[in-house]
Amino acid sequence: MTKFLATRRQNILWISALVHRLSGLTLATFLPLHFLALGLAINGETQLEEFLRWTDWPIVKLAESGLVLLLVIHLLGGLRLLVIENFSWRNGQAKLAAAAAGISMIVAIVFLVRVF
Amino acid sequence: MNVRLYLWQRLTAVLMLPLILIHLAVIFYATSKGLKAADILARTRGSIAWASFYGVFVTAAAIHSVIGIRNILIEWSSLSKRGAGLLAIGLGITLLILGVRAVAAVVLP
Amino acid sequence: MLDPQSELSVTLWRGAEDGAYQTYQVPIRENQTILDVVSWVQRNLDPTLSYRFACRVGMCGSCAMTVNGRPRWTCRTHVSKVANDGRLEIGPLENLPIIKDLAADMRSFFEKWQQAKGVFTPSRTRDDTIEAIKPDTPARVAVDEAIECINCGVCYAACDTVRWNPDYLGPAALNRAWSLVNDVRDAGNVERLEAIAADGGCHACHSHQSCEQFCPQTLNPTASISGLKRRATQAYLQGEIKP
Repeated sequence: MTKFLATRRQNILWISALVHRLSGLTLATFLPLHFLALGLAINGETQLEEFLRWTDWPIVKLAESGLVLLLVIHLLGGLRLLVIENFSWRNGQAKLAAAAAGISMIVAIVFLVRVF
Repeated sequence: MNVRLYLWQRLTAVLMLPLILIHLAVIFYATSKGLKAADILARTRGSIAWASFYGVFVTAAAIHSVIGIRNILIEWSSLSKRGAGLLAIGLGITLLILGVRAVAAVVLP
Repeated sequence: MLDPQSELSVTLWRGAEDGAYQTYQVPIRENQTILDVVSWVQRNLDPTLSYRFACRVGMCGSCAMTVNGRPRWTCRTHVSKVANDGRLEIGPLENLPIIKDLAADMRSFFEKWQQAKGVFTPSRTRDDTIEAIKPDTPARVAVDEAIECINCGVCYAACDTVRWNPDYLGPAALNRAWSLVNDVRDAGNVERLEAIAADGGCHACHSHQSCEQFCPQTLNPTASISGLKRRATQAYLQGEIKP
């Protein structure tokens, strides 16, 4: 596995495809938990409010920021694919991939700073 | 992945682009003064607008994520194509049910 | 004892799927290619080593092998460019069954070529006038950008979607399909678009661009496949194909 990854890690587009896949997988795993949490409101406000108090913990805020990062990076990676697939070919994919990563990190950091 | 699944996945992706931007804006707004159930529910309870928005979002997300999961299962697991497809459909139905339940939970008065 | 000043440590795959790597010491020469190294082993150390080559000048694609984990034409790969501290690891092309040592079984590569309908279907006979094709039409430009493929298999070996998805037709077959889709003389596009719009067709490509990275002819199968995605989707939406 390490040899496999070592030979591919120089290809930024391969890495961005991996990030796209893993971020999607993580978001897809998070989604049912998100729905279950919101579903607590079915029995009125109190259960949801109790659950939401977990969001005061710094570690939870950090995790939320991570989720924002994953969401934005998955969106931008997907947008890059939509551009490749629907418009005529453009070179410079590596730059777009790097920009996607950069923008996602900025958004996630802004989120983190605001919730603290 | 064939042309049919591809279309469903790419179209739900395009549909979700603006939905996610709005959702991110909501997240930033809702977390700006500490997350409180009362505040969230005050916005969503009895709101047809939020019900429609999140109803569409949940459906699109369920379809989109499950096609992606099917690809991952085909490429990275030892499941057959058929097995991967069935598991993906099962996960999709689960997501849809949980999602609609969540929307109902916050929207129904 | 290996003298690193004058010798390379060359590890070659021996045997079939259940074989193993074996290490040889090969004298360093100026301007040595990987093919030179493999040939030296076969001629001086072990005549039972099996490998393929033909033109040895970068025209035929027969000498493609896996060198330090990536697929290359061994006649066009200089040792100095790829040797890690005087070490080389050479194996047969990946994503293909191994026949023996450094020779891979190319049959599935060519079968997928056929499956993708990568074969010209004429629309005229010898009795009709020759169709005039202007080289600067957008369709012909698209064909010319994709047509120099010589079926060496490097892109197929480089592609991780081929590695992970046994149905995937692969970059070479799809690149050829694209060149035919744009050939105005070809009459087989309904079958071809149906073939590449099915499971394992162009829509399975994740745009890693490993194919483009390693193609020795500097082709861009990812671009061809993106074009196919557009054409196939359009044809499907307009009811022209039912894959």
